[in-house]
Amino acid sequence: MKKILTCTLLILAMASCAFGAAFKIGGTGPLTGGAAIYGNAAKNGAEIAVEEINAMGGDVTFEIRYEDDTHDAEKAVNAYNALKDWGMQISLGSVTSKPCEATAAENFTDRIFALTPSASSAAVTEGKDNVFQMCFVDPNQGSASAQYIADKKLGKKIAVIWKNDDVYSKGIRDTFVEKAPSLGLEIVSETTFADGNDGDFSVQIAAAQNEGAELVFLPMYYQPASLILYQAKSMGYAPKWFGVDGMDGILTMEGFDKTLAEGVMLLTPFNADATDERTKNFVAKYQAKHGEIPNQFAADGYDCVYAYKEALELAKATPDMSAETICAKMIEQFTSMTFNGVTGENVKWAANGEVTKDPKGMVIKDGAYIGLD
Amino acid sequence: MTMRRLINLKRVEARRIYLTYFIVILAYVICQTMSSTKFLSSSMRGMLVPICAYMVMAVSLNLVVGISGELSLGHAGFMSVGAFSGVAAAILMQNFIPFAPVRLALAMIIAAIFAAIAGFLIGIPVLRLKGDYLAIVTLAFGEIIKSILNNFYFGVDSGGLHFSMLTDTTRLLKGGRLIIRGPMGISGIQKISTFPAGFILLIISLMIVFNMVNSRSGRAFMAIRDDRIAAESIGLDITKYKMIAFVMSAALAGAAGALFAMNYSTIVANKFDFNTSILILVFVVLGGQGNMLGGIIAAAVLTILPEKLRQFSDYRMLLYAIILIVMMLATNNAEIKYFLNRLNPFKRKETEAE
Amino acid sequence: MVFLNFFISGISLGSIYAIIALGYTMVYGIAKMLNFAHGDVIMVGAYVCFYATARYNINPFLGVLLAMITCTLLGMIVERLAYKPLRQAPSLAVLITAIGMSYFLQNTALLLWSSNPKVFPSIIGRGAFKLFDGKLSVSHITALTIAACIVIMIVLSLFISKTKMGKAMRACSEDKGAAQLMGINVNATISLTFAIGSGLAAVAGALLCSAYPTLMPTTGSLPGIKAFTAAVFGGIGSIPGAFLGGLMLGVIEIFAKAYISSQLSDAVVFAVLIIVLLVKPAGLLGKMTQEKV
Repeated sequence: MKKILTCTLLILAMASCAFGAAFKIGGTGPLTGGAAIYGNAAKNGAEIAVEEINAMGGDVTFEIRYEDDTHDAEKAVNAYNALKDWGMQISLGSVTSKPCEATAAENFTDRIFALTPSASSAAVTEGKDNVFQMCFVDPNQGSASAQYIADKKLGKKIAVIWKNDDVYSKGIRDTFVEKAPSLGLEIVSETTFADGNDGDFSVQIAAAQNEGAELVFLPMYYQPASLILYQAKSMGYAPKWFGVDGMDGILTMEGFDKTLAEGVMLLTPFNADATDERTKNFVAKYQAKHGEIPNQFAADGYDCVYAYKEALELAKATPDMSAETICAKMIEQFTSMTFNGVTGENVKWAANGEVTKDPKGMVIKDGAYIGLD
Repeated sequence: MTMRRLINLKRVEARRIYLTYFIVILAYVICQTMSSTKFLSSSMRGMLVPICAYMVMAVSLNLVVGISGELSLGHAGFMSVGAFSGVAAAILMQNFIPFAPVRLALAMIIAAIFAAIAGFLIGIPVLRLKGDYLAIVTLAFGEIIKSILNNFYFGVDSGGLHFSMLTDTTRLLKGGRLIIRGPMGISGIQKISTFPAGFILLIISLMIVFNMVNSRSGRAFMAIRDDRIAAESIGLDITKYKMIAFVMSAALAGAAGALFAMNYSTIVANKFDFNTSILILVFVVLGGQGNMLGGIIAAAVLTILPEKLRQFSDYRMLLYAIILIVMMLATNNAEIKYFLNRLNPFKRKETEAE
Repeated sequence: MVFLNFFISGISLGSIYAIIALGYTMVYGIAKMLNFAHGDVIMVGAYVCFYATARYNINPFLGVLLAMITCTLLGMIVERLAYKPLRQAPSLAVLITAIGMSYFLQNTALLLWSSNPKVFPSIIGRGAFKLFDGKLSVSHITALTIAACIVIMIVLSLFISKTKMGKAMRACSEDKGAAQLMGINVNATISLTFAIGSGLAAVAGALLCSAYPTLMPTTGSLPGIKAFTAAVFGGIGSIPGAFLGGLMLGVIEIFAKAYISSQLSDAVVFAVLIIVLLVKPAGLLGKMTQEKV
């Protein structure tokens, strides 16, 4: 039975290789389980880009496949291997950080180029010449946030609430806390939460309130952040709130009371309310297809595919090339090209795979993002 | 296991043990041949080591659940102690022992020792309880281990080893390496686990467990499981025997954890949560409590199944859940079991004899 | 004052655990099985209530009622399909089937309602009672949860001790075989237990999501495990025990966060649980069963 299955798989793989005139692009992400919001968003975004590009019918067309990794490194490697059996030539890595660390190591040994939409920990790209990120790396975001708060004089006494079992939250928190004192910011309270006790935030908010924090920094995703905003309001605490790119999406949660987020500031590369053509088109298509407003994960997924399109065109790569050949060409392109997408203009990559783009300081006013600058 | 002891066993029992070894070795030879002739898909090849690790987990948990009859809901905790201590040990040994298989073997032994210590410490309070209360306390310990590892920092530099809790205060010198980084776990692990190593670990675990089951202590385990009071009345030291089973089981889980962790470049404490403990329990129950071969097969089937369901994309995990429920019903409902047995010509005689 | 405020937070969190634990303990007490799918029935109840009130603007209390009806039916179907065929099987087999059911419900919810979190509209608004010139505040939802817990606790206790069905339940929990000999329909009694437990789950779901207003397919699973812990803490099978265990677990969790370390709060909670069980091996209010030789 096993043999027959393997045979059919092999034949299928060969058949699709022979007839495929499109680049096979594959990615893994949490499509089920607790982190499914992020995986599905990135997948949907990337798929829309593929549809658009294929409809244009240029030299570069794609065949895309996303596999479920349930936000787990073990399953991510399984999913990656399934994609490899399918004949993946270029990879979108994984959506979340820890699984992406595991698949990035495989990308490196197999010489399959990877551009992850949203796996932001530093360990994802560390020591791998063919793994690149579309999102800010966590440490940069931590220090950029501290810098921003100090530059704009948003407050001196800072409280931090972070998620103690999450790589993303911890990565941002570490550099933020490290950099804050040198900028004259005082961390007056630092509290955490974790899976399983992420419902009640009264203690964390009270700690910030009792220490007289003027600004609370929330390096976390929008779902716990929304709970914090609800509870802070009922406790009558109204500091300045400062979030990170994971906060994006809070305004589009169904049933969310937008007045709670009034005045919340965040650094994010993507703004679904932006009025440029590219963003408007993307948001409209996403909404038509999925009935929701895309968040930053979707935008990153969308941009990844377009970045690949540009790089492949510039490199004059063709779908009959092996993954290894494409990998070498992609390394060359990504370290030299400049990309414009919905998550930023003049996006550039360093040789270590980290992205440079301008984080946009946003503030929420009347239920919409407004540029802070 | 010595031949003499095997001969002394009841024939059925001996046949079962031989069958288990035979199937495991046969499966290994087939997979290894297919893998080396590149006949196995990458997807299957990638699962060989984790499947071995899960099989060892199933065997080790079976010692507690199947043989000694206690429900443990925190087995992944021992796996995680083993994974973290084993990987840390392997990283420390990297410069002294360049030969990877030796490093892997030593790391697994160290992992087993650490997990055994954890098993002993946890066993002292746990084994005073019974039934569901014992189960909930093992769950609690699993969560405590996860919580501690999420706040644990461990690094090495020229000044030696440094530990800290809650925040990273190790202040490593230049050139030092922070190995365990709290919630970020361990990154950049050298992937030295191999399928043959996994196979050897499985065989060793089977030898240990079968040997225990068919020894004086094994008979004591089963006497205690079947009737604790009667066992106590003939002078069996219940706590001692339960402790032996518990510590042994923890040690094997620790070794499996190290094997598992070194198959990936990264590991976090959250991987070894309640859900993983439950998954291993599912292997044991589905395979039949006390039935080592059953647990091993269940571990393989339930690890491969979600991968083979990938073609159903969105419906994958839903189908997995349905198949799990149906399998439980089919193996445990008396009517369905009878019906299935009648379909199976080899088993028909047994059923009729009953 | 700060201390009292934390205490009240603890009670609010604990009341949520308590109301979930009541369902667990009820099913365990009668059917002697750990229904790990209970947390997911809670999630289904919350979704039904969400769609009724937020999408179709039905009165919140009618929404809860609708959720109760849905969950009761769901509980009975689940019981009929997955648990009833295993009545004679070892209890572990039923436990694993319940876990399979939990995966099933979560993944169905994911397909039906997508993974995007939804903000649950509180069934009674987000106001609070202010005490001592507003220095202390008890939110309406906390008051309602505690009131609901107490009402449910009294009604359940009366039902089990006074009515004929209740007596049948107690008989089944003592000895299924003997109960059957006495002419009690054991299957129907256990089905009824599941129906009641699932109906309670819907109430718990509405209250859980009113207090902590985000709703996802995984919303029920982790509070479910905590509540299960609470039920054991109070002595599983004991209805007042579940209430007490839930409240205490909530207070301990908040105090651990506030006065020990927010990073280790879960470890502290579980450590306290272990210590309590070592001192009282059947939980706070559980009965020690004497083994007959």
